[in-house]
Amino acid sequence: MNALYSARARKDKIIRVLCYGAAAFGLTWLALILFTLFSKGFAGLSLDVFTQMTPPPGSKTGGLANAIMGSVMMTVIGVGIGTPIGLFAGTYLAEYGRHEKLSFYVRFINDILLSAPSIVIGLFVYGAVVVPMGGFSGFAGSIALAVIVIPVVVRTTEDMLLLVPNQLREAASALGLPRSLVIRRIAYKAARTGLITGILLATARVAGETAPLLFTALSNQFWNANLMKTMANLPVTINNFVQSPYEYWRQLAWTGALLITLAVLVLNIIARLLGAERKPK
Amino acid sequence: MTDLQIKTDMSHAAAPSMGARENKLEVRNLDFFYGESKALKNINLGLATHTVTAFIGPSGCGKSTLLRILNRMYDLYPGQRATGEVLLDGQNLLDPKLDLNLLRARVGMVFQKPTPFPMTIYENIAFGIKLYENLSKSELDGRVEHALRGAALWTEVKDKLNASGLSLSGGQQQRLCIARTVAIQPEVILFDEPCSALDPISTAKVEELIDELKEKYTIAIVTHNMQQAARVSEFTAFMYLGELVEFGQTTKLFTSPEKRQTQDYITGRFG
Repeated sequence: MNALYSARARKDKIIRVLCYGAAAFGLTWLALILFTLFSKGFAGLSLDVFTQMTPPPGSKTGGLANAIMGSVMMTVIGVGIGTPIGLFAGTYLAEYGRHEKLSFYVRFINDILLSAPSIVIGLFVYGAVVVPMGGFSGFAGSIALAVIVIPVVVRTTEDMLLLVPNQLREAASALGLPRSLVIRRIAYKAARTGLITGILLATARVAGETAPLLFTALSNQFWNANLMKTMANLPVTINNFVQSPYEYWRQLAWTGALLITLAVLVLNIIARLLGAERKPK
Repeated sequence: MTDLQIKTDMSHAAAPSMGARENKLEVRNLDFFYGESKALKNINLGLATHTVTAFIGPSGCGKSTLLRILNRMYDLYPGQRATGEVLLDGQNLLDPKLDLNLLRARVGMVFQKPTPFPMTIYENIAFGIKLYENLSKSELDGRVEHALRGAALWTEVKDKLNASGLSLSGGQQQRLCIARTVAIQPEVILFDEPCSALDPISTAKVEELIDELKEKYTIAIVTHNMQQAARVSEFTAFMYLGELVEFGQTTKLFTSPEKRQTQDYITGRFG
């Protein structure tokens, strides 16, 4: 056999082994994490988790009901505030501002925001909302989550709209559609599944955020639906419980972590399914 | 319709001839710029009412650019500008104050790649109509059917009007786009290489369609296919490097062209 060819074949084999090895190495840790989480988390799963409040120190009963409720509430409100802002900004970048200088700066700042450590965002909201309002609150927590949602939605909105072929915009303009209708009725429609996927991924991202809630929503041992007061939530509860000396608290922390993981998993699966739908049948 | 007087060569083109009155569109001293680079140089020609005018020439000669001026499509992009005059029924459509949406409703365009909107076949047609007219459901149904019949697509899609426009074949999609354009009753239809993505059978259908459409509309078509230009058009313009080299009756241009460049291009000797 040709020497060049066999040398290339050898190289191919080596690279392939390295690739499989790297993939297996990464997946092993993921599998270990999930295995630990599932085995420890499922052990503590019971109806009590969803019906009882977080327990006081030393108690052998209690659940995560208030933390689950707080997490869902703040996530929904945070995503609710962040999504429209993100959609509008992303639309500006991809449509109206595509050829503008301003877009360059907006995109640059958005990228910084996207990679900003979430604890910095927590501190910012502490200074901007918590201090002026005179105390920790679920509202401040929602704002912090919204600040994290915005850059994610801006980025996916812009990316998804840029995937819409320009020919489609031209075809719509050629019918005499004003710009606003081209965007609303054609571009959004063509990019719809992508836009929804972006929002779901942003939701998944903030569902597990701890740092921004530490200095904003704090936590609460009791059932509280008042946004103006401190609010329990899963990530901070996990953070507190896992460091405690009480066996029962640590068990609850594992269960809480499992719940967040499952919720994120479900959101990701929905996002994937929606994404798959757009492929041609 | 084909006996309309029209400027048959460049030496007369600059001055509006007697036939100018019969022209739906009149291009005068048109220059076009992409940023600094000049893409069209002093174009003068007229599109006679209810005829098909073909634009041929090698890639990059400016024929698509010229077409995209006629409905101000270039306005979507910054840095592109046109100087001179383009008169639609005597009104200069390069006027910056002109309402572009109303212009584009009068001058429709069909693109190279079929571009159905991401909605049902029915909605693809009804969408454009609803922009300008407030019709009852039954009137709208009638208009959609009429447009689809006009584009020779009705029998193929009448049982699946609620299917996605994207589910059609390429040729059907292109006829859907033609139907969509016809549905809003424009006066001029611009075809930008409408068949270059289609197979020969679909191409034949679209060409037949263009032949029927000229009864009601003034048509301009850009094509890379010289046989197609010869088949569908009454008048042909040959362009090269941003200039209009020769413009005249299709039969004459293809049998006894006046310019050497034209001769070389249509005989395939072009370098």
